[in-house]
Amino acid sequence: MSVPNIVTIRELSKEYRQGEINVTALNNVSLDIAQGEFLTLMGPSGSGKSTLLHIIAGIDRPTRGVCRVQDIDLTKLDESGLADWRNQNVGFVFQTFNLIPVLTAFENVELPLLLTRLNAKRRREQVNTALELVGLAERQKHLPRQLSGGQEQRVAIARALVTDPKLIVADEPTGNLDSNSAQEVLGILQMLSRQIGKTVIMVTHDPKAAAFGSRSIHLEKGELTN
Amino acid sequence: MALPLRYSFRNVLIRWRSTFATVLGIALVVFVFVLLQSLAAGIEKSSGNTGDPRNIMIVRKGSTAESASLISRENLREIQYFEEIARNDRGEPIISADVLVLVNLPRSDGSGEANVLLRGVSPRGVELRPQVRLVAGRWFTPGKREIVVSSRMANRFANFGIGQSFKAGTANFIVVGWLDGGGSAFDSECWMDADECRSVFERDLYSSFLVRPVDESAATKFLERIEADRRFKLKAEKEVEYYRKQTMTAAPIKWLGGFLAIMMSVGAVFAAMNTMYASIGARTREIGTLRVLGFRRRSVVLALLIEGALLALIGGIVGCGVAYLWNGYTTATMGFETFSEIVFEFTVTPRLMAEGLIFAVLVGLLGSFLPSVRASRLPVIAALKSV
Ligand SMILES: Nc1ncnc2c1ncn2[C@@H]1O[C@H](COP(=O)(O)OP(=O)(O)OP(=O)(O)O)[C@@H](O)[C@H]1O
Ligand SMILES: [Mg+2]
Repeated sequence: MSVPNIVTIRELSKEYRQGEINVTALNNVSLDIAQGEFLTLMGPSGSGKSTLLHIIAGIDRPTRGVCRVQDIDLTKLDESGLADWRNQNVGFVFQTFNLIPVLTAFENVELPLLLTRLNAKRRREQVNTALELVGLAERQKHLPRQLSGGQEQRVAIARALVTDPKLIVADEPTGNLDSNSAQEVLGILQMLSRQIGKTVIMVTHDPKAAAFGSRSIHLEKGELTN
Repeated sequence: MALPLRYSFRNVLIRWRSTFATVLGIALVVFVFVLLQSLAAGIEKSSGNTGDPRNIMIVRKGSTAESASLISRENLREIQYFEEIARNDRGEPIISADVLVLVNLPRSDGSGEANVLLRGVSPRGVELRPQVRLVAGRWFTPGKREIVVSSRMANRFANFGIGQSFKAGTANFIVVGWLDGGGSAFDSECWMDADECRSVFERDLYSSFLVRPVDESAATKFLERIEADRRFKLKAEKEVEYYRKQTMTAAPIKWLGGFLAIMMSVGAVFAAMNTMYASIGARTREIGTLRVLGFRRRSVVLALLIEGALLALIGGIVGCGVAYLWNGYTTATMGFETFSEIVFEFTVTPRLMAEGLIFAVLVGLLGSFLPSVRASRLPVIAALKSV
């Protein structure tokens, strides 16, 4: 295979200490993810899917092991280093959308760009491009509560890709959506990986959703199966 | 880079129901602060800006106030011919020998009586005080029991309307006019003819002389001459100087204002803190999301502090606005020197308003400090998982 890996995970473990007991969320996980893949992450509840996703996205740290994304060892970055890295390199899509209620669709999508050096004109261009990509160019001025769930999630996807990151991670992005909206959202994620070459990692419970991906892996009690 | 200001601003507005009580509380603190300080400013202004820089005031040596001073008619006869004193176009020396009498008059609202300062003023006395204007009626006629009252006291005392009459001492006076002292001490006085005043109240002596010297060097010479002449036992000083010393200290009111404001602001700080804790607590996941997007802890803290400050600023603006309604409102207090009624205006200066707003912002910052820091301390992952 000539396609380079974007994510390299080696012997990764995550343990939570809860009083006396140790909870092992991830146990010795090793995984390579190639650029442009649409990887779906499946497994029963509590199997460590979210934990793995958070570590790849640089919002959680492993107890042991290595997680390299684009040749950067995330465990070596300090907190503000991680914050900058996240801003420039990952887009995050949540199950609960997590749009800022007091900001319009446009302002929500613009948020990550406020941390860059882009001027207002360039920011506007990029926000427009992102909103067009998810088919919501006409809804710029709407507040989240004036949008349907599916539209909210599409705005969230626009926010995730507005900084043009290589990696987009999504934790059960269709978990709160009806099947039509879910289809739309999954279609967009698939398009991002197929046509624009983004690497998409998506956690899902739904095999039909997983069918949109290019590869599927399973977690069970913190370990990769099959 | 920081979060946009509109983020903080809209968060204040969107939660207006729950923040309303806090805004009101802060408004109240600022209102009390600004109002009491404006009261103090008004009291200080009431006597502080009296006097004409060209005039010289003469009282008895050892008297701290005009009303407690006694000067003989012989002194007047002698001094009026001093060549340092300017003369008007009829050739008369510009000197006014005044008599001050305290009279007890009934209030218009029937709530009792109060002392009023009655000034018997010689014909030149009106010319010497150009800041005192007649705003209604006419001046008194010498030799008649006519009186001109301060327009600002007109509704505070019974029978002060033009054409009405009231009894003072043994005589009945008819009100013929209203004067306006332009915010000076004369706003708290009633004026009548000096000789008539002396005869009605059986005063053989004058209280003070007010003199207009020819020029600045004559003024200096005149001051020296009065001071040097042992026979007079008089004290001469510039009129403005005299009134500057008479300026009533409003320190107790300022002190009370500051004390009340500080006590109340403790409550306001806790109210703001409570509001911010609730508001931020409901937004934990939102704050986690902002941090996922790459915003630093300090950006989050800053946005939340600005939010608290804005919240308080709205309260401050309301408080200042309501306090400003009192600006120019005339009220009265008892003077410490004469125990007579001193009228003055609430004076809400721009400086006071600025102080009130700064005060409000400080309350807001203080109240939002702990909630903001606590919210930003939470690890991103914990914030995201909160519901
Ligand atoms: N902060 C924490 N403290 C203690 N244990 C935790 C914490 N976060 C996660 N865990 C544990 O780690 C394990 C993996 O959690 P994780 O959230 O990754 O599961 P998941 O596969 O995403 O499950 P779900 O499908 O329900 O979202 C679970 O057993 C969970 O209880
Ligand atoms: Mg999960």
